[in-house]
Amino acid sequence: MAKDDLSTHLKYVGTRPDRPDGLDKVTGRARYGADIAAAGMLHAAVVRSPHAHARIIKIDTSKAEAVAGVKAVVTRADFPTGLTGEDWNLQENTMAGDKALYDGHAVAAVAATTSLLAKEAAELVEVEYEILPHVTDVDEAIKPDAPVIREGAADASVPEGMPANVVKYMEFGHGDIEAGFAEADLVMENTYKTEATHQGYIEPQACMGQLGKDGKGEMWVSTQGHWYIRKMSAAVLGLEASQLRVTPSEIGGGFGGKTTIFMEPLSLALSKKAGGRPVKIVMSRAEVLRATGPTASASMDVKIGMKKDGTLTAARAEFRMQGGAFPGAPVDMALYCAFAAYKLPNVEHIGYDVLANRPKCAAYRAPGSPMGAFAAESLLDEMCHKLGLDPLEVRKKNAVREGDKSSYGPKFGSIGLIETLDALENHPNMQAPLGPNQGRGIATGYWFNHGGETSVSMAISEDGTAQVSVGTPDIGGSRASIALMTAEALGIPYENVRVNVVETGALGVNEPTHGSRATFASGKAAVESTNQAIAEMCRRAAAEWGIAPEAVEWRDGAAHPAGPNAGDFPPMSIQEIAVKMGETGGPISGHHEGNLDGVGASFGAHAVDVEVDPETGRTTILRYLVVQDAGRAIHPAYVEGQYQGGAVQGIGWALNEEYIYDDKGRLQNPVFLDYRIPVASDLPMIDTVIVEVPNPGHPYGVRGVGETGITPPLPALANAIQNAVGVRMRDLPMSPVKVLAAIKAQNG
Amino acid sequence: MVKVNLWSSLRRFTEGKTEVEVEATTVKEMLDGLKAAHPGLGPILDAGISVAIDGEVLNGNLHKAISSENEIFILQRMKGG
Repeated sequence: MAKDDLSTHLKYVGTRPDRPDGLDKVTGRARYGADIAAAGMLHAAVVRSPHAHARIIKIDTSKAEAVAGVKAVVTRADFPTGLTGEDWNLQENTMAGDKALYDGHAVAAVAATTSLLAKEAAELVEVEYEILPHVTDVDEAIKPDAPVIREGAADASVPEGMPANVVKYMEFGHGDIEAGFAEADLVMENTYKTEATHQGYIEPQACMGQLGKDGKGEMWVSTQGHWYIRKMSAAVLGLEASQLRVTPSEIGGGFGGKTTIFMEPLSLALSKKAGGRPVKIVMSRAEVLRATGPTASASMDVKIGMKKDGTLTAARAEFRMQGGAFPGAPVDMALYCAFAAYKLPNVEHIGYDVLANRPKCAAYRAPGSPMGAFAAESLLDEMCHKLGLDPLEVRKKNAVREGDKSSYGPKFGSIGLIETLDALENHPNMQAPLGPNQGRGIATGYWFNHGGETSVSMAISEDGTAQVSVGTPDIGGSRASIALMTAEALGIPYENVRVNVVETGALGVNEPTHGSRATFASGKAAVESTNQAIAEMCRRAAAEWGIAPEAVEWRDGAAHPAGPNAGDFPPMSIQEIAVKMGETGGPISGHHEGNLDGVGASFGAHAVDVEVDPETGRTTILRYLVVQDAGRAIHPAYVEGQYQGGAVQGIGWALNEEYIYDDKGRLQNPVFLDYRIPVASDLPMIDTVIVEVPNPGHPYGVRGVGETGITPPLPALANAIQNAVGVRMRDLPMSPVKVLAAIKAQNG
Repeated sequence: MVKVNLWSSLRRFTEGKTEVEVEATTVKEMLDGLKAAHPGLGPILDAGISVAIDGEVLNGNLHKAISSENEIFILQRMKGG
């Protein structure tokens, strides 16, 4: 679709109506994962390894089974065998087999009539371990003599001779990297490290599963993707997917961490063993932090060549990431995003996915991109300092535009980076005066948009209102945005459209709400579905009028004769058509299924002002600005919320959050008191600017906006801290103790 | 014939080339052609990749038509959060 075909005269799209889920959430009526209950329901507790790496010699469950009220105990022996590939990885992570691979790895689970009883019985499960050497740091894990997590785990991408914990290897780039560096006036190279961080969703994982001996089951679960829960649970337990019906609860945050399974299959396995009684599992915060997927930790070498005028001549990135004891660290995505903002004639990327004794990583908002940005955008800023160049001007000078070759290969389609940088430059925050120990940092960030498998249906109700059924759980306002787009297409008020997130039995397959896709993909499919219903309503009106369907057009919520030759009929409203639909051919509905294309990537640019206390090393954020291309903001308040939420998570990653392991590989901070995410009192209001460079691949110009916002804060804060107190932090988090040490080192 | 750009560490399976040509009119034929011409690519392609056509990353569109006019890149499988 050409840009000028995009709808421009819009009545509902771009407005800020009340949130459809707002009242339920503030009154406690919304039902989350742990809110479900059923007759005969059992409660489960999971026995977890206290060791980072240990061979499981023996598991004795007899004492737990003997407790009155205990109805089932499961170990890996209760799971099917013979799985391969990612199915095996998922099963192994759900329940340890021969070895416990990280502190918190599940080794058994108990179901009992009360939660307390289940926990007490879990403590009676006796596990005999042979403790093995462990490794949790990526640079240690990649050494040739590191403890081997799993022999033979490398895929075909890994050349012979690489260390045993390297499970995936990649190189890509273009141009002549050495010639590019030779052309530069300044070449700099540094190493940057980021710690693993958790998505930090407020609602821990929770589910209730029920499975009979006939292989038919149901699940209620807090998830971003219930078809994934179904597919993965079915694979891990050897079930037929269609026999498992999965209903998503309201969700209290996911940020990527709820796109996969952890304990969900355990509830089904326990239920089956307990005679089909439903089994509820609610994780504690400590279990969430120890045993669900954080993002990867990273060690990154970056080298950039720059001319005196700021023109980039070459860039090289070599990233090492550990994503726990299984393959899947987002090193590829980190490399794709690291230099994506810049025109680079010569570029080289090298990546290693490395195993370590940590929990299996999961997706976390723009997986990999924040790490890549931290490395690349930090070094770029350091070079601007060295050459005395304005960092914003350098970014604008090298910024990619439509048609430019990306650093990862393909040419860019429609993008809005330069518009985003212009809007940043023109914002009042950029002129705010700064005092002693205060500094300003800027950085850019990039994330793709994903279409993915999508299935949506919509139906006209008898009173002329509309309902839309989607399969993407609403984690950031997608019900509101889909309702707005449907209302716009139908020409009826937003309040007359209800969007329901429905269970797996109600639609074809849907990928999760991931890849910034829900508003893009489910929204696009909802518009396609609505257009089908509109075509049918036009057909009904045409039949009523005795004219050809092609002579009828739809606007303002009614069928109209398309022109003077079509006849002189008064408009027939959606209510008039709907109330008679039972007599004119039956229900009116539409549906759309497909792998949706037309995605629109989103660039962002952030500016942060900080004050660093030279006595304590504490960084206080004075003001924070997010500018990002949304394509078109369907519900601007939700878009701003995504920008603000992403920035806050990035700020936490930059300043405070980290996984701290002791010398035995045990996580030392598995509670929010010690794993410190930012709270409202830590931050000023995050200022936002929505740039709108419409995506021609969407009927309303939508780009995915959910993920980009987490990317720039890491380097923007490092750049601001350098400008405030002169120290360059290359190792996250930039906690007070580290910043203070750097200041002291600088002062001698 | 379509030209396919591979990530550079795959060149050990393609006699050192990162741009290869195959006879294909769809994405599926392109992938099948790559595997037939360079069997070492099979496990990599089967494990899951993304295909970018004229700048747009596509997953799961094996039957999409392609021609010599398209810019085609094989990329690591895209993931999102």
